[in-house]
Amino acid sequence: MRGITSYAGYIPFRRLDRSEIFDSMGSGGGHGQRSVASFDEDTTTMAVEAARLALATTDEIVNTLLFSTTTPTYLDRTNATAIHAALGLAGESAAIDMLGSQRSAVGALQVALEGSTTTLVVAADIRTGLPTSSDESAGGDGASAMVVGSGDGVIAEYLGGATATGEFVDRWRSPGETRSKLWEEKFGEHVYSDLAQRAWANALAVTELSPGDITIAALTGLHTRAIRRGAKSLAINSLVDDLQANIGNSGAAHPGILLAAMLDNASPGDVLGLVIYADGVQVLFFRATEALEAFEPKQCIASQVAAKGSVSYSKFLSWRGNLKVEPPRRPEPDRPSSSAAYRNRDWKFGFSASRDSAGVLHMPPARVSTTGGDEQMAAVPMANAVGTIATFTIDKLVYSPSPPVVFGVIDFDDGGRLPMEITDVDPDDVAIGDRVEPTFRRLYDGDGIANYFWKARPIRG
Amino acid sequence: MGSHGIKDRVAIIAMGCTPFREHWDKSLDDLIIDAAGLTFESAGLTKEDVDAYWFGTSQSAASGLALSIPLKLEGKPVTRVENYCATGSEALRQACYAVASGAYDMAMAIGAEKVKDGGFQGLNAFAIPHDGTKRSLTAAGMYSLILPAYSKRYGVDEDQLRLVLAKIAEKNHYNGARNPLAQFRRETSAETICNMAAVAGRLSVFDCAGVADGAAAAIVVRAEDAHKYCNDPLFIKALAFVSGDGSGVTDPDFDFTTLPECKMAADEAYHQAGVTNPRSEIAMAEVHDCFTPTELLLMEDLGFAEPGTAWKEVLDGTFDLDGELPVNPDGGLKAFGHPVGASGLRMHYELWLQLRAKAPDDRQIDFSGRDKKLGLVHNLGGYPGEMVGFVSILGTEVD
Repeated sequence: MRGITSYAGYIPFRRLDRSEIFDSMGSGGGHGQRSVASFDEDTTTMAVEAARLALATTDEIVNTLLFSTTTPTYLDRTNATAIHAALGLAGESAAIDMLGSQRSAVGALQVALEGSTTTLVVAADIRTGLPTSSDESAGGDGASAMVVGSGDGVIAEYLGGATATGEFVDRWRSPGETRSKLWEEKFGEHVYSDLAQRAWANALAVTELSPGDITIAALTGLHTRAIRRGAKSLAINSLVDDLQANIGNSGAAHPGILLAAMLDNASPGDVLGLVIYADGVQVLFFRATEALEAFEPKQCIASQVAAKGSVSYSKFLSWRGNLKVEPPRRPEPDRPSSSAAYRNRDWKFGFSASRDSAGVLHMPPARVSTTGGDEQMAAVPMANAVGTIATFTIDKLVYSPSPPVVFGVIDFDDGGRLPMEITDVDPDDVAIGDRVEPTFRRLYDGDGIANYFWKARPIRG
Repeated sequence: MGSHGIKDRVAIIAMGCTPFREHWDKSLDDLIIDAAGLTFESAGLTKEDVDAYWFGTSQSAASGLALSIPLKLEGKPVTRVENYCATGSEALRQACYAVASGAYDMAMAIGAEKVKDGGFQGLNAFAIPHDGTKRSLTAAGMYSLILPAYSKRYGVDEDQLRLVLAKIAEKNHYNGARNPLAQFRRETSAETICNMAAVAGRLSVFDCAGVADGAAAAIVVRAEDAHKYCNDPLFIKALAFVSGDGSGVTDPDFDFTTLPECKMAADEAYHQAGVTNPRSEIAMAEVHDCFTPTELLLMEDLGFAEPGTAWKEVLDGTFDLDGELPVNPDGGLKAFGHPVGASGLRMHYELWLQLRAKAPDDRQIDFSGRDKKLGLVHNLGGYPGEMVGFVSILGTEVD
């Protein structure tokens, strides 16, 4: 049996009220909210967060990491290696980007399902568009992670599927552009309609399923009009909430997030359909196994949808680079040293501390112990540790991409203290004694190098 | 093995200090030449008389050449010294040891900093290549952690403590207003300071040291030679220095209500000088008030007040110019300004004036009724939990 052995979605903390767009600009916007990646998040860090959640609920050893996004931090170098390092995956496992379109993410999942090794498929997107555009308001930011493997650990068996590919220019973006351009929607609706019918019929045929066997399905893609038509014409029993009202369409991450949402509520025996409209149509069918009964997601989609804080439209624009704000008058950060970062990768990416023989934890890891020259230090992973704010301050002077900086001294439950920036929090909502956990973030950029390290965020939900 | 100090073996026979200002019209070289000139002049000496030089600057220059070129020294050794904000004191410490060792008859310590050419407010460290995991927080941010911690540990209301810190700034501004060399010469009331906008935690810019350019210098000789050059030299009673292991920022037992490196340095200095009751034996002190909470903690760490009581002593005026134990009579870092490499020597300069009754009349401390005139300098560099601490004790007489 081959299929999904663990899964998770990651939805960033911030939400933008779409009505704020109209209130500010006099056009655009709409109803509901979209999720917004914080200023210190990118597709790499969100992929790490989703993958951490997925790996927390499986013992599988990952052989291959596949990462997809339409908004990569880097070109001409792999983004998946930073995810690989932050997850502390073995050096023998591969880390590969499959970049460019929403289709890449679907393809990565298909490759994993049709392969034979344990594969971690992560996808993340930050959906951009010019102010007042439909991509801006309909989009959402997020990530998903699927662990694909074989054997008794499979909670959602892959039953098979089908693809229909077509070449038609419906949405397009040149490298370096921040917006996509769209052809008249009725044309895409027309092409997708035919592709969807063929893929759906073929998928049912190869899996020997009838439409009535499908317990629930997700139809997703960036072409809202085509999907609305597909929902009517494909005769599907039940469609999962597409989360448009609460978080928006998270592009490459969205199929995984919707699959996660279906699995959160599935029972053994349920057949789940995933239909993705992305430059063609892909249909995948899964059957929930008995193993799903005992599976408890670390954080379900519904709880992440519910845990939220607001961001103003102007702050949202500045976070995405669409509104330049005056930085603090402090020197901008210099680029991190590539060689120093490489030497310290277990700390910088893996957040691995060291413990001396007396039990004292050292962060960053030290070769010499503060308790007396002990060089027999043991590595201690801290990414899943939880801690308490011992004291904190609000620094309005220090350089930050989004001042002011909330900074706390964090004492971890099983030992260790580290002064850390606290993120996903409003300055007025911080208190000594608050519980926090590490989160992988992009601190700042220097000379185009994204500087990744860990911050603390409040434990919610 | 042991730390023995050099009590009464070395004396300061000359000192000089430039005004601390935003010296837009003076270069580092100008400041060095000015401070050295004032110092030579005060003892009728020339650069040829000095056998060896220690030059302290944190970030304005590198190597001994930064001193030997502007002063046009010929064939003299110059050691460039750096130890964060304690750089100036470290230069003096090394010069004293060189003389005490017998290696040189006469040494000069000179500290200088040109901070205002950077184009940014505040102090900015230059970049050493790093892995990108260092904490990003201003010094003001780090020191602002003291206020809630002290409040919690000793049960002092945060608003009350806010007033105490403002009183410290008010005192230092009062003193600085009486110091022609000081950067800020205007008195400011505690009430005004309390009402200012916070920039880090509850600290406002008036809780922070002034940022200025400046230079200061001292010439030291063996104690037995001191009266050849000067009628009223100052004798080194103690020089103590502690460089911390950084455990404060990683040890959950550290609570940000004490500066252990400074306490250790003070204990060592008192040991060297034979001081057993600092509160009664120290007649005045210059301490490193980089931020107002720093001065609060130092009153306890230096043994001037019992732990948890310094805030009351501040309100009682104990450390005022006319108080029982005047602290920072020259205005401190707060009002005098903080050219990093010069500050340690500037602190000693105030002892040089006060203990020898050479301070201007309106801020000369009245030492009558004291049998011994001991002054203390405290200088630090770094942050709570991760710092270097320096304490010296000087006196007008050999025991």
